[in-house]
Amino acid sequence: MFKYFPHTIEDIEEMKNFLKINKIDDLFQDVPKEVLFQKEYNIPSHLSESELRRYFEKIASKNKELILFTGLGFYDHYEPAVINSLLSRQEFLTAYTPYQPEISQGTLQYIFEYQSMIQTLTGMDVSNASMYDGTTSTAEACFMAESITKRKTILISGTVHPSVIDVVRTYAKFKGLTVEIINEKSGITDLSHLQQLLGSHVAGVVVQKPNFFGIIESFEEVSKAVHEHGAILIENADISTLSVLKTPRLDGADIAVGDCQSLGMNVAYGGPTLGYLATLKPYVRKMPGRICGYSLDEEGRRAFVLTLQAREQHIRREKANSNICSNQSLMALYATIYLALLGPIGLKKANLLSYQGAHYLYDELIKTGKFKPYFNQPFFKEFVLETLIPYDMLQKACIDNGFLAGISLSNYDEKYQNLVTFAVTEKRQKSEIDELVSLVGGLSW
Amino acid sequence: MVEYDKLIFELSKEGRIGYSLPNSFASTYQFLDLNQDLLRTDSLLLPEVSELDVVRHYTNISRKNFGVETGFYPLGSCTMKYNPKINDEIASIQIFNRLHPSQPMSTVQGVLEIYDHLQEMLSEISGMHSFSLNPYAGAHGELTGLMIMKAYHESRGDYSRKKVIVPDSAHGTNPASTIVAGMEVVEIKSNSLGRIDLEALKQVLSNEIAGMMLTNPNTLGIFENDIIEITKLVHEAGGLMYYDGANLNALLGKVRPGDMGFDIMHINLHKTFSTPHGGGGPGSGPVGVCKKLSSFLPNPKVKKESNYYYIENEKDSIGQISSFFGNFKVWLRAYAYILSLGKEYLNLVGDFSTLNANYIKESLKEDYNLPIEGPCMHECVFDGLKDQSTGVRTLDVAKRLLDYNFHAPTIYFPLLFHQSIMIEPTETESKQTMDEFINVMKKIAKEAKDDPDLVKKAPHNTPIKRIDEVFAAKKMILTYKDYLEQNL
Amino acid sequence: MSKIVEGLYYTKSHEWVKVVDKNIVLIGITDFAQAQLGNVVFVDLPEVGSKLVKEEEFGAVESVKAASDLIGPVSGVVLEVNDDLIGEPEKINEDAFDAWMLKIELSNPNEINELLSSSEYLAISK
Repeated sequence: MFKYFPHTIEDIEEMKNFLKINKIDDLFQDVPKEVLFQKEYNIPSHLSESELRRYFEKIASKNKELILFTGLGFYDHYEPAVINSLLSRQEFLTAYTPYQPEISQGTLQYIFEYQSMIQTLTGMDVSNASMYDGTTSTAEACFMAESITKRKTILISGTVHPSVIDVVRTYAKFKGLTVEIINEKSGITDLSHLQQLLGSHVAGVVVQKPNFFGIIESFEEVSKAVHEHGAILIENADISTLSVLKTPRLDGADIAVGDCQSLGMNVAYGGPTLGYLATLKPYVRKMPGRICGYSLDEEGRRAFVLTLQAREQHIRREKANSNICSNQSLMALYATIYLALLGPIGLKKANLLSYQGAHYLYDELIKTGKFKPYFNQPFFKEFVLETLIPYDMLQKACIDNGFLAGISLSNYDEKYQNLVTFAVTEKRQKSEIDELVSLVGGLSW
Repeated sequence: MVEYDKLIFELSKEGRIGYSLPNSFASTYQFLDLNQDLLRTDSLLLPEVSELDVVRHYTNISRKNFGVETGFYPLGSCTMKYNPKINDEIASIQIFNRLHPSQPMSTVQGVLEIYDHLQEMLSEISGMHSFSLNPYAGAHGELTGLMIMKAYHESRGDYSRKKVIVPDSAHGTNPASTIVAGMEVVEIKSNSLGRIDLEALKQVLSNEIAGMMLTNPNTLGIFENDIIEITKLVHEAGGLMYYDGANLNALLGKVRPGDMGFDIMHINLHKTFSTPHGGGGPGSGPVGVCKKLSSFLPNPKVKKESNYYYIENEKDSIGQISSFFGNFKVWLRAYAYILSLGKEYLNLVGDFSTLNANYIKESLKEDYNLPIEGPCMHECVFDGLKDQSTGVRTLDVAKRLLDYNFHAPTIYFPLLFHQSIMIEPTETESKQTMDEFINVMKKIAKEAKDDPDLVKKAPHNTPIKRIDEVFAAKKMILTYKDYLEQNL
Repeated sequence: MSKIVEGLYYTKSHEWVKVVDKNIVLIGITDFAQAQLGNVVFVDLPEVGSKLVKEEEFGAVESVKAASDLIGPVSGVVLEVNDDLIGEPEKINEDAFDAWMLKIELSNPNEINELLSSSEYLAISK
């Protein structure tokens, strides 16, 4: 009767006879009559496969694809063709959590490889098997800081992405932690304000690299101040840029977190992406999430297995480090394959091309006379400029010509009037950049 | 055939590349322009391999994995139903991959329409007022729902409600999420039939109770027939009822959580609505609420005015719990699934999943201990072999099943029974497949009597045999770097 | 049938207490507890100098499939910690009564009287 229901009328009769029931409804005898749903759902009639395709073609056409010169947490990096083909292998795609390791070595091995790659990129000691995204992994790192120090205040730099701040605030509010914002000064974390806010009540301090404005901050002084007060330093870093930038470990971070979206994942209207969380050996048992470890089977073969499970909800219940269960496993496979394909050379090259494209765009925009430098700080692939062009005109010109560019930061904070943001990745061709520059440079009012 | 046994790092050869990147057109800009202090100095332990190396490697390790399409996957409480390929195809429509969260609303009317329509359909299916699709997984939905519960009470000036009632049979995420949401757990024991003990419930109700978390059918696969009384008692005490949607598959077409009196709930799209499990995610855990709680749903929200969709952040919301709209490409698949089944076929899922589970229950009760009599819902629970005289435990039975090309059911959960085996066939399994499974389970019961060592030492036919988990926990080799340092 | 040692005191949460000197005791977990846990892989113990409070958590014992909190049987100050258990936690499985965890100086010696005797413990740990 329907392709996903294999039972024939005959099958159903046989089973009903075996169960000694007249109708299937007899199996629902425990359900109080008052709550039985006796109608049809008020949802559309079913669509056949070809009708479904047509439906989605129509709804897809109600969206417009733009050439992306915007980052703000989602970067349009190159997506190697091989990845989707491997991810759609049913053994990876449809498998469950690897609780039966004997038939889940595929999943377990890629988790081990993923953990290893996150370890080397961040310079930390251990990584877990994945988190939902960069915002929630930062929030969970704050809870780790609370657990380690037994203190209740989190400081977050005002240069951290507003979504990360919002999510940390939400999580903290309910758990009973206080969140204070460290001022942004000239586009970077205000060290003297940080020093004012630090004290024996502070559990953790969160910073970001590159920060929300695309700026690369140095955290040497921040780290010193944080550790002098016995607090935990949490660095939210764009994992791809760590192939080129100083590692969170050498920045002095105790916990490294962030989003792996920049590892060639589709922007895909925000998800799925992948959060990572890595830390130092002494804090292994405080980590949330699954962890995969190496072992041997009874015949001496090397094998991988979920380990240190006594931290997790299915064992510790209300005493667990976190409630996380399903995470983003398949996206960890995505990240692993991406990093295997690019390797150390390719990853650096992709970042260099992004860096070069961004700096080229920056200089060209300044040359139009319609944009002025604002922060005067070193940046990576994303930057902020002050614009003289009326914002509505700028946006209309960009969108009408198929560009997503020059988004206003005043959407995030009133004080950033006339500041607009751009990002460039290795996917942006010179012609696209030149076209954008020519477009906005030619605007007059 | 020799099993493939290599780590990607072991395939590495300096000079090999697996990428394709364009040439530089702005080579005057170099990292050396930056302050040296900002740059990486450590080596990078990533492999240098060719594209074919990568494809072969991951293809080969995938062959050591068991997926829903490999064979029967009767994991209780996981709803391992068939993941339709058409949904994957829809999710890979190019434009969906290319839309950026910061795009103006006028350029994303299509996806916003999907968001709104899906949350509307989920509301209709569950008897709720509205849903947010933002939570990334079931546990994340639980956390969000509990935050809403707390926020609601505080909005009425009631700060004393800090406790949540959780049955001892609940999934571990329930008490864990309660703690993360900043509340305390009050655990109540189930009665001898595995259901909520009304007297025990009455004992713990007070004005300190924020609410109660329940799944129905419960984790034993049994319907809580006192549900109306339960929700009434909790509401009378001023608490809210939270529905854990993990077992919703039994109720499709039969009962709606909202009609049972639940105020907040989450759905696991990667269970009930067929989206692939991915080895442990990405999932999606939309959270639904009754009307009075809708303003608390997380930001950002999708709203509709005439036929125009827009994105809004509301002041009364609990705030953001995600970077944006959650796992878009996951709930997109669920949307396609619901449209494929439509009102005609979605209605039958509860019937067929329940019929299947009862068929298996009745077929195996001669060989396995059935602790609870009477019909079950979409899953059934056994408490080990009937004849345990040879010392064959549930773990051994599960491992032996692997030899017969079946994925083991859920074992040692629920915690109420010491030798739990929880079987959930789902509605997408045929009588034929189930008969094969039943025959193998009976065969294993016989093996347990006649040749217990065969079962105790299983699995014998899998790529890897039983693993030394003590070694793994003690050595803590969690990265390739650790592996190299240990000189293994 | 798990081992019980005479002359020690016990708690409902399966800790044992052995008096070794005036107001000095050793603490560990019982054979019953180690059998329930399975192979112990890690023990989380407080530092020398920290305070123990009766009936409050002071650490945890972890096996592959479970973790149990350690509940203070008495109040006092930690004088010594058995460092052997850090590297070889399996000693607890080998001989739970030999694998002492902490040496405590009692702050309230009367608390000893509130503990269970070996026969009382035997009755509850069947």
